[in-house]
Amino acid sequence: MQKSIAEIEKEALDNIEKAGSKEDLELVSTRYLGRKGLLTGFLRNISSLSAEERPLAGQNANLLKIKIETLIKQASSNFETRNADSFSGIDVTLPGRRAVRGGLHPITQVLNEICGIFMRLGFDIAEGPEVETDYYNFEALNIPKYHPARDMQDTFYVSENIVLRTHTSPSQPRAMEKTDPPVRIISAGKVFRCDSDLTHTPMFHQVEGLMVDEKISFGDLKGILTTFVHQFFDKETSLRFRPSFFPFTEPSAEVDIRCVMCKGKGCRVCSKTGWLEVLGSGMVHPAVFENVGYDTDKYTGFAFGIGIERMAMLKYGIDDIRKYYENDLRFLGQF
Amino acid sequence: MKVSLSWLKEYIPVDLDPLEISDRLTMAGLEVDSIENLYDYLDNVVVARIDEVKQHPNADKLSCCLVDAGKDDLVQIVCGAPNVREGMYVPCALPGAVLPGEFKIKKSKLRGEKSHGMLCSGSELRLAADASGIMDLEQGHLPGTPLEKALDLTDTVFEIDLTPNRPDCLSMIGVAREVGAFTEPRGMVKLPEVSLPEEKMAQESIHDFAKVEIKDPDLCPRYSAGLLFDVKVEPSPFWLRQKLESVGLTPINNIVDITNFVMLETGQPLHAFDFDNLARGQIVVKRAGSAIDFTTLDNKEHKLESEMLMICDGERPVALAGVMGGENSEISDTTTRVLIESAYFNPISIRRTAKKTGIATDASHRFERGIDPEGTVYAMKRAVSLIAEVCDASIARDIIDEHPLQSASVEIDLNIDALNTRLGTDFSIDVVQEILESVEFDIEKTGERQLKVKVPSFRVDVLRPEDLSEEVARLWGYNNIKTSYPLVSARGKALAPVLLLRERIRQAMIGFSFYEAINYNFIHEESCDRLRLVEADKRRAVERILNPISDQMSVLRTSLVPGLLDNMKRNNSQQTDTIKIFEIGKTFFATQKGDLPEEKEMLAGLITGNRSDQSWFSKKAGLDFFDLKGVVEGLLDELFIRNVQFLKIKDDICPYFEMGFGAIVKVSDLVVGSLGKIDAGVLKNYGLKQDAYVFDFDLAMLEELMPGSVQADPLPRFPSVSRDMTFIVDQSIEVGSMIGQLKKVAEKQILVEDIFLFDVFEGKPLKEGKKSLSFRLVYRSPSKTLTEKNIKKLHTNLSRTILKEFNADLPE
Repeated sequence: MQKSIAEIEKEALDNIEKAGSKEDLELVSTRYLGRKGLLTGFLRNISSLSAEERPLAGQNANLLKIKIETLIKQASSNFETRNADSFSGIDVTLPGRRAVRGGLHPITQVLNEICGIFMRLGFDIAEGPEVETDYYNFEALNIPKYHPARDMQDTFYVSENIVLRTHTSPSQPRAMEKTDPPVRIISAGKVFRCDSDLTHTPMFHQVEGLMVDEKISFGDLKGILTTFVHQFFDKETSLRFRPSFFPFTEPSAEVDIRCVMCKGKGCRVCSKTGWLEVLGSGMVHPAVFENVGYDTDKYTGFAFGIGIERMAMLKYGIDDIRKYYENDLRFLGQF
Repeated sequence: MKVSLSWLKEYIPVDLDPLEISDRLTMAGLEVDSIENLYDYLDNVVVARIDEVKQHPNADKLSCCLVDAGKDDLVQIVCGAPNVREGMYVPCALPGAVLPGEFKIKKSKLRGEKSHGMLCSGSELRLAADASGIMDLEQGHLPGTPLEKALDLTDTVFEIDLTPNRPDCLSMIGVAREVGAFTEPRGMVKLPEVSLPEEKMAQESIHDFAKVEIKDPDLCPRYSAGLLFDVKVEPSPFWLRQKLESVGLTPINNIVDITNFVMLETGQPLHAFDFDNLARGQIVVKRAGSAIDFTTLDNKEHKLESEMLMICDGERPVALAGVMGGENSEISDTTTRVLIESAYFNPISIRRTAKKTGIATDASHRFERGIDPEGTVYAMKRAVSLIAEVCDASIARDIIDEHPLQSASVEIDLNIDALNTRLGTDFSIDVVQEILESVEFDIEKTGERQLKVKVPSFRVDVLRPEDLSEEVARLWGYNNIKTSYPLVSARGKALAPVLLLRERIRQAMIGFSFYEAINYNFIHEESCDRLRLVEADKRRAVERILNPISDQMSVLRTSLVPGLLDNMKRNNSQQTDTIKIFEIGKTFFATQKGDLPEEKEMLAGLITGNRSDQSWFSKKAGLDFFDLKGVVEGLLDELFIRNVQFLKIKDDICPYFEMGFGAIVKVSDLVVGSLGKIDAGVLKNYGLKQDAYVFDFDLAMLEELMPGSVQADPLPRFPSVSRDMTFIVDQSIEVGSMIGQLKKVAEKQILVEDIFLFDVFEGKPLKEGKKSLSFRLVYRSPSKTLTEKNIKKLHTNLSRTILKEFNADLPE
């Protein structure tokens, strides 16, 4: 009587398990798979089975054959001396079936990085409309109609009182109208100015920041922005605060950093000054607080605005601002 | 604003290095944009000695000079000046020099004689008035010495980028005050004396000739005037021309030059009228009253509005107040009597007029920022005395100073503790006082920690204690204020879901090998037509920009698709054929007139080119609809949005898709987006040649559909069993409807875990118009291992349903 498939399987697996050398495994192989092997014999005699039994039995026997072969191969590899000459293998220098990468726009990457820094400092994210009323874009920020400060920002108009926001600063009054102090927000997004040349695109990005509480000082403004610059560039980057003018802050300060290209020696990027203007800031003007109904005796605060294109240019060494919006893959693929 | 250092020194003694001055000004808030050596234009001008003078062979009035200009050989220069002589030391411009007036010196020939340079007069070099002959230099200079060095010429010109809050510094005296704040001892600014010289005074009083009437004091609270007789209008003396030229102004005549000089010195714009052209000797300051035409002194005609402030004489308008004078009363060569106007005009009114007429002048620039309301008389007297001296004129006795509205001086109560809190400093009251006094604030101590600060009239930007805190901070030095860190509560808010959504979409899309694009919010005004949007399409509700940069950027986008098509064009033109890009951004829909547009954030993507390139393991194959659909499915899966249906578009909801190649994406009953193949006609409108596929989603809807959190299912404990079924159906039957039907039936049986299509076949041996579809069904029970018997009944049941519903056949 022939052994059943199940019996052959059990016995063969047992023998493979027990084999102590390559030679042992060869014996196992011969015993089951050899010309006179048990499994070979089983297959040879399959014709003696009934027509109904035949297909299933054949299938099972073949599956077992493959299983035994695989197991013997696995077991024997443990006894091999690993010698490169005895393996032909594959040409590993053939190109792989590459998983193609995509990428985020450099502006998004820099925005994410900047927002990440401020979020770690406890700032919440606020967002506002890109098309704004004259009130939030100007009036609420202490820039009345016919104020010369309006010349600082060439404005796109949609109608007499509706503009494309010229800065992210409208998020300040919008946020303060909604909540009482303390306020700690940043607001990122697109802004628009009617200006298009080598160094200006009519649309660019800013991150606005605002912190209001009791006893917030100009020294605190310096502290937060110094922390930011050190995290975004590096701890060795020195910075200076320079008096400036924004109608919605008093005092107002521009922040310059030591030129990251020439380390302050003077180059084309910094117009030979050794300094780069990277952001505007200041203590919130009391008129802005009055517009949103904050108590100007009790609360002080600071605000700042960062130009993202410029930061990205410095970070990545991009020399032409217009490249950002051509969306040329040869450009986008670099980040 | 250009400031010459030598001119500045007339008001403030300062011996700091120009770089140091520049740095101090910048750090005090007067940003110095550039520092220029005034005499840079003397490059290549050297001292030369004339060794030999010969008559020019072909011209009587020319001579040929051989000069030693420090070169190895003598240089021949042809010269027409009468005063050249052997042994004379002269300035010589060598080839390469560029003299004032963009006059380039080159090697040339004059009447056949070579001339390798030019001997210069003082006037040609802007160093002296004399133009009659070559400048006669002192003997003994080494030939070849740069002229700048030989004559010890130094002057620095600072270009200051003034912020609009500091109109007081639109003047030499204003800048001098700032310099005075950091030169020791502080505050040494010296103003020019303006006592009118008695010997120049005429007998007559101004009141005998002229009368000023202010009819609109709200727009002109003060008008001062002086009158001069026997004026000789001629070119200005050298010193005056040189001053104006040093800061970039072109001299015109002595009267105009003096008014400009005084404006630059004091910041007060002045206007000079030819008094004989003022009817009845009258000045009337009033609104135009009605729309009028007016010709300004630059010969341009302007349409003026009734609200605009005019200077009129007894009969007609003679100047657009504070902006520009009129042609009809302009100073001319024959002018003999001059009325000098020195007024204060309402800044808003001037700005409105300047904006509306499009005229921007040095005067309007200052008036609209706010000049010193107390400075009119001083500046007028300064101009009158200079004219008397320079133009040999006599001065009418008395002055006019109409002053219907007194300007109130600003006094601020300053609490030192509040100031220190704002700045994060611990200044003593004395330090604060000292700092403020250095820029001419008047201080009175009114308490232990309290000052009363009287603001000088020229500091129109200082109105409240916070403004004083800036004064103290900037003069102390921002960088000398200690850096600190705010102590704040740890309260924080959750991130808005839309932020998380955007981030997830972005990460998923780059995982699908897409690059992110960012496009302008404004698009071409023909975009809607290019996309062939129908009249009723909501996306035709575009907001127009009133002052666009160009037609290409004149309307706000209502779809992200045009931007992506433009990006495709750009990339194709750069030989990048395979493109997968996406964008997240806002679109804008016009609402009621005067209201903000509705802002709708969208996600869109585009693919074009090849799915795979020719390689050792694959053949080149083009991307198609199902590549894009796969991305959309993958994305929605990543957002855990289930029950997604794709329905073929049969109307004109997206007319930019080729008919039959577009679908809307429906989740529950919401249409959340669309995808499809761009129609050939639209491709043509965008100048594109390759097939392109685009999807478009409404971000707010995705946000709504995205589940807040995901609940884990237990893993199945029993094995699954797969069974296939194949049907032959009409080609028109959609697979989606068959799967839908299968699912519907299977839903009643919890045993069907998954149904998917694994093969589609058309062609022989099938009949024309037929296709075969093969599905695999995965069965699993949560409670036991399924047997053949369990499954068989269900499988047969499902198969029967399809055969019946879709008039299908089983394969033979």
